[in-house]
Amino acid sequence: MRGYLRKDGRKGIRNVVAVAYLVECAHHVSRLIVQRSGSEDVHLIGFPGCYPNKYALEMMKRLCTHPNVGAVLLVSLGCESFNREELRRTIHASGRPVDLLVIQQSGGTTRTLNAGLDVVRRMRAELAKQAPVPMALNELIVGTVCGGSDGTSGITANPAVGRCFDWLIENDAACIFEETGELIGCERIMASRAITPELGREIEVCVEKAANYYRIMGYGSFAAGNSEGGLTTLEEKSMGAYSKSGSSPISGLIKPGDIPPRSGLYLLDVVPDGEPRFGFPNISDNAEIVELIACGSHLILFTTGRGSVVGSAISPVIKVCANPDTFERMSDDMDVNAGRILQGAELDEVGREIFDLVQRVAAGETSKSEALGHQEFILTYKQFEPIGPACLPAA
Amino acid sequence: MSPNDSLRLPPLLLLHPDDNIVVARRDIAAGERVELDGESFLIPATVELGHKLARRALAAETRVLKYGAPIGSMKAAVARGEHVHLHNLRSDYIQSTSRDGNDGH
Repeated sequence: MRGYLRKDGRKGIRNVVAVAYLVECAHHVSRLIVQRSGSEDVHLIGFPGCYPNKYALEMMKRLCTHPNVGAVLLVSLGCESFNREELRRTIHASGRPVDLLVIQQSGGTTRTLNAGLDVVRRMRAELAKQAPVPMALNELIVGTVCGGSDGTSGITANPAVGRCFDWLIENDAACIFEETGELIGCERIMASRAITPELGREIEVCVEKAANYYRIMGYGSFAAGNSEGGLTTLEEKSMGAYSKSGSSPISGLIKPGDIPPRSGLYLLDVVPDGEPRFGFPNISDNAEIVELIACGSHLILFTTGRGSVVGSAISPVIKVCANPDTFERMSDDMDVNAGRILQGAELDEVGREIFDLVQRVAAGETSKSEALGHQEFILTYKQFEPIGPACLPAA
Repeated sequence: MSPNDSLRLPPLLLLHPDDNIVVARRDIAAGERVELDGESFLIPATVELGHKLARRALAAETRVLKYGAPIGSMKAAVARGEHVHLHNLRSDYIQSTSRDGNDGH
């Protein structure tokens, strides 16, 4: 494996130029810059809201200084409330090239587009000069998410990812699993895996928070496709999703933007704190992926039964397909056929395939979604309190 | 092992010895004869890959176990081999939803 060394000591497995819109009104101009740059290494990210939000600012800071990002162009309309100067200062302090274009000052769409294309061209030329350095597994952070789960997910793809997680952690990587709303019913088992009883209690409380939140929303994290694929209840889906975590002890409970301080297994709490205010915790799978990336994930293992096609901006997404019929139908989108476990393949064999693929993709091989140009991104309003002292016991 | 070999694998999967449901390893047609707990059993209705069947007759309010863990309670009694899904199993946490707006209750 090799990576791009950043000033904070972290290494990136990609060297992306991020173009970030700071309000929906700057989205189109930013998209044009990305499209006309003609490069797959220029990624579009952004925040659509005009009202300020501490979470969104912190997330954008983490994303723009993610190790896979080499340089950032910020695009503002001009009148939105986003604290663009604070974001620009943070990126600058991280040692990355950063530029800010304000559409109202640049003279509108065309002038901003042309200026943006110049900036991106210069940034790409600068990044091209950067030579990668060797990178080891103990410098890698891997996140996992499931989407479009069905009755096969918990039998094939999820436990296979769990095996891969166990081996990554044996090699001193950090691994993150998430969506406490999809772990409802597993809280006691998870708590028993925590490295301290106090952390175990925090885990139980955070799943309780998720259950309350979803109850108020009126829906659990359970989509129509889940039931069409044979899943009946949220706790059934949870038990399947939970197996992605493997069997390592749980070293910590983190929130979006918290970076694992060392190797081990971490649970990411994605459900906002306080009274439900801005709607569903994560409106779609990519919202979870973006949060895993904000926690430093270099790449994402995405398990799917029904068949998701999404990728992500910033970090490559590896698709592990749980259902052998789905794999046959959508093989162009799938990196791993874990469904063959139902046809007699061993869990360890598929886990090993994922483990090997993680290292190859980290070394530069493109994943299927990456090669197809999937660079989905979504960031919405949320609010969080900082984690408590019991959440990272060894820190 | 090739997909053809998989046809020789038992079509019903018991995930944990404590479970009172089994999972279809592949689509199984109505009338197909399969093995359930060592006995030959006639599948009463077509069942799709990933769906659940009752391992034995289950009374209403029975806790359903999958992976050895509770995944909800029966809201109606079912016979052995019957499809266990939204129409007869409910969450003990939050109701499930389906596309036509029917919930799991």
